[in-house]
Amino acid sequence: MILQFIISLLLWPMAEENYFSQSFAKNQFSSTFASPAPDEGAEAGEAEIDVGEIIFEHIGDEYEWHITEWKGKPVAIPLPCIVIEDGVHVFTLHHAAENGYTLNENGKLVNAATGKRPIDLSITKNVLALIMSSLLLLVVVLLTARWYRRHDAMKEAPTGLAAAMEPLVMMVHEMARENIGEDYRKFSPYLCMVFLWILLNNFLGIMPFFPGGANLTGNIAITLVLALFTFFIVNLNGTKHYYKEIFDPDVPVFLKPVMPVIEVFSAFMKPISLTIRLFANMLAGHIMILSMVCIIFIMAKYGPLLSGSMTVVSVLFGVFLDALECLVSFIQAYVFTTLSCIYIGLARAKEE
Amino acid sequence: MSLVTPDFGLLFWMVVIFGLVFFLLAKFGFPVITDMVDKRSAKIAQSLKDADEIEARMASWKAEQAQMLEATRKEQSLMLREATETKARIVADAKAQAQAEADKILSDAKARIEAEKESALRDVRKEIALLSVQVAEKVLRHELSDESSQRAFIDQLVDETSQAQMRS
Repeated sequence: MILQFIISLLLWPMAEENYFSQSFAKNQFSSTFASPAPDEGAEAGEAEIDVGEIIFEHIGDEYEWHITEWKGKPVAIPLPCIVIEDGVHVFTLHHAAENGYTLNENGKLVNAATGKRPIDLSITKNVLALIMSSLLLLVVVLLTARWYRRHDAMKEAPTGLAAAMEPLVMMVHEMARENIGEDYRKFSPYLCMVFLWILLNNFLGIMPFFPGGANLTGNIAITLVLALFTFFIVNLNGTKHYYKEIFDPDVPVFLKPVMPVIEVFSAFMKPISLTIRLFANMLAGHIMILSMVCIIFIMAKYGPLLSGSMTVVSVLFGVFLDALECLVSFIQAYVFTTLSCIYIGLARAKEE
Repeated sequence: MSLVTPDFGLLFWMVVIFGLVFFLLAKFGFPVITDMVDKRSAKIAQSLKDADEIEARMASWKAEQAQMLEATRKEQSLMLREATETKARIVADAKAQAQAEADKILSDAKARIEAEKESALRDVRKEIALLSVQVAEKVLRHELSDESSQRAFIDQLVDETSQAQMRS
């Protein structure tokens, strides 16, 4: 308690000057953050913090890229909404109503008249992040490849970008070599791609400001597509032996009818587990960091002592969680790649 | 629920963009890098193997060299010993030969001296015989200078001869 008091005293002048100040004016341990506060002036609404909304706004998708607030006005990148319903409609979110569309309770575009979801191919925040990160990856890898084209790797060590990218690419390449049979070269580009793409987007996701901050790898659609790529690559390249193991494994006769069911089920469970693992890990990480940050704002109204000490605690935890997320970003990219690699290896198994 | 329901638009764009980037990188990106690095790894492995081989060869060379050096040293000492022996033998031989020569010269000299002595003795003896004959001649001549003595001598000789005939 004494320590907390000292910390809050130290933080007092700092806190007084920034946005906590008006909360201190209220000066009571009154309501929880969810309960409505008395309307006090223009900025009073800011004191009310809906943590759930903040978090969902950060981890979800939007039709515009909200970057920050500047002098009370939101700074956002307007993005084109593309909707296919009796033809293609392109508009920005501000003009949605004019085009006969509105947002539903999940923040998705729906037909204002019928309330139905159209085919929505909008360039949302996530799609823009996807385009940017994919372009970044494309440029980085092509530049790396250009180094190898222009230099004789036999005579000089890679420098700059090539030196940075080579260990990552070769790590995955070696992984492919160890897990897949002799035709690993066919699959190594896919695994490199998946690894670098997930890694890049995981890190961009932790970055709290533009062009990072989109929760791409914590989005189930993204991870589902990645897992489906792996699923199709695995099952379209399955050997005779692989399919025999699924449909006609060497088991006692009474297990014969059961095994194919289990094996087929497990074949479909693999991409699902890949999807959920990456999605849930990244999502959980984002939610934890955002929660830590939100604690600062929630505690603002509980007076200098509590809010000051909790700020210290949440900043420390936030730093810890950010560091942890960096680790998790790498681990999850690595795990997804390793599992894809192992699944491909299993599918390429040969008769012993 | 929107968190766990995949959004169609995002699915669509993800497939398109990821697929496109994957296609481009699988064609122009990763194989270039991995092929080059694989080639380099192969070269490094080969170089290491070569280096090992060279090292082994160097070691064998060194061993061979040491062996040769050892052999040379042995040969050298052998030669030295042989040379010493030869020297000793030559000296001994020379000594023996000199001794033999000396002996021979000595014995030759002795023999010649003996022979000289012999011949000298013979000469002396001959001389003495001659001298004695001459002396005897002179003595005889002197003794038989007068008639009576000649007679006496002749008689004596006749006596002796007759005595010898009678006896025979």
